[in-house]
Amino acid sequence: MGAGADIVEDSEAGDGSSVHLTLGFIPLVDCAPLVVAKEKGFAAAEGLALSLVRETSWANIRDRVMLGHFDAAQMLGPMPIASTLGIGHIAAPMIAPFSLGLGGNAITVSPEIFAEMSAAGASLNSAPSEMGRALADVISRRHERGGAPLTLAVVHPFSGHNYELRYWLAAAGIDPDRDVRINVLPPSAMMGGVRDRQIDGFCVGEPWNSLAVEAAAGVIVVTKSALWRQGPEKVLGFRADFAERWPERIAALVRAVYKAADWAGRSENHSELSQMLAATNYLATPAEIILRALSGHLVRIQGGTPEQIPDFLVFNAHAANFPWQSHSLWFYSQMVRWRQISYSSALAEKARRVYRPDLYRNALAATGTDLPRASAKVEGALTVATPVASRNGTMVLGPDGFFDGRLFDPDEVEAYLKSFDVQI
Amino acid sequence: MTDAALHVLIIDDNAVRASVIEEGLREAGHEKVTVITDMRRLLPQIVQADPDVIFIDLENPNRDVLEQMFQVSRTVHRPVAMFVDQSDTASIEAAIDAGVSAYVVNGMHKERVKPILDMAISRFNAFHRLRDELDRTKQALEDRKVIDRAKGILMKSRGIAEEDAYALLRKTAMNESRRLADVARSLITAAKLLG
Repeated sequence: MGAGADIVEDSEAGDGSSVHLTLGFIPLVDCAPLVVAKEKGFAAAEGLALSLVRETSWANIRDRVMLGHFDAAQMLGPMPIASTLGIGHIAAPMIAPFSLGLGGNAITVSPEIFAEMSAAGASLNSAPSEMGRALADVISRRHERGGAPLTLAVVHPFSGHNYELRYWLAAAGIDPDRDVRINVLPPSAMMGGVRDRQIDGFCVGEPWNSLAVEAAAGVIVVTKSALWRQGPEKVLGFRADFAERWPERIAALVRAVYKAADWAGRSENHSELSQMLAATNYLATPAEIILRALSGHLVRIQGGTPEQIPDFLVFNAHAANFPWQSHSLWFYSQMVRWRQISYSSALAEKARRVYRPDLYRNALAATGTDLPRASAKVEGALTVATPVASRNGTMVLGPDGFFDGRLFDPDEVEAYLKSFDVQI
Repeated sequence: MTDAALHVLIIDDNAVRASVIEEGLREAGHEKVTVITDMRRLLPQIVQADPDVIFIDLENPNRDVLEQMFQVSRTVHRPVAMFVDQSDTASIEAAIDAGVSAYVVNGMHKERVKPILDMAISRFNAFHRLRDELDRTKQALEDRKVIDRAKGILMKSRGIAEEDAYALLRKTAMNESRRLADVARSLITAAKLLG
């Protein structure tokens, strides 16, 4: 295997009694379900010995799953879809039978930009729409002064980060391709990028927003949870043929990571989890910084008061691990909206099928876990917590609203895109 | 024979490794080789270099910056991942095992680029072997020091000759199937504890 990877081997690996699986991850707070599955014995209980390999880029994650170096990996939600559709890289069919959680990202701007936004009427507790208006104001003033356009950074072209940042900007009347520049930077380079004025802000997962706040290099202006409450983020991605070759392995891993996500979501475990993730072979970040994301108590500005953000990062509640096909379709709609791929009903169908609720149900059928009856839902329709049909009767989902009040009906992707003036 | 007319860009923050690859390419007759070791403002640097082939090491988180270039066709000639036909996963595998990823720009024929890729792969592998050898040499030196100290402790505490002290260490290592240096290290630790 190539150089530079940090490998956390399971001591039980190779004793012949358990199946060995190698999983790739990126050092972010939302890799927690994989770490917990290994460290708290949930994988071992399913007869799995896990090796977790820390990777340095999403491109490496994708390539190593494609080549079979990894049996599965933490992936950006849109990544298995892009890979299946063959956008930007070799077409390699992938599947996502499990969501690693909801939310967890935030948009952070430099202290200078936040000062300008404040002058334009924004304050720390402004809603996303007000923040957007203030940023639009800052941008047009700069434009009038003949200043350079703002540069914002995301972690990958096919990422929730890219799409939520663009969604927010566009809703405020800012054209993400004309009025600002959006670049890709690794999370670890964001803070330095702001410091040496390479970028003016970024959308990234934790702990990178909180680390920037702590270093007085950034102010958190919008959380993903405020843009789309309970919005989809990372998934557990596999090569598509893995499901045919090793169905029991997928099922065992889904069960293990489900139990791990349940454990990770419980507030009584957050202190222990923050210590676990803080270790040098995982995030190598102070536990108290990690705890902010886990507990949803974010500090938006250096020295500020912690603020409880509802559903900032959801590991397991509200069916967070269910791979809703409305999520894969929404990601596809954003690829079309931002001209990464064209629209066709055939491509939409291909994208929808990347998320595999059938494998999720199959894995958890014999457990007491409640399962939604539907495989897709109208996103944004549940403005309050709502009971929906499930195997055990009803389960409570939501609230899951978009901040601009729009709905995404997975049966009406074309109409949805047209409502944003996207030419199909 | 490699295609000397191609402009090759090497992105690697390990300046030593980058120069090992650059040297290999120059020895093979390549004159147009650009090396980027400063990862700040990477994209404009790539645009300015305007290469035909790009190599980037896999430890480099900036691989994701390159991924963006697949999307941005206006600002730069659009590079694609090396060997986009599915049949050639062996090449990709060899590259990734060596720790390098390659991109070709503007749909260049892979036959022209293959020798350059092979060169880069072999240089990457050579660099890793070199590093492994260095590590082993360092380890051997370190081991010798430790064994000498352990011998000294034995000679003093048991009043035996150097060869006997060495024989005793070796016998213990063989009996416990441990490395000689590890036995020596344990002895030094124990001696420290006992004062």
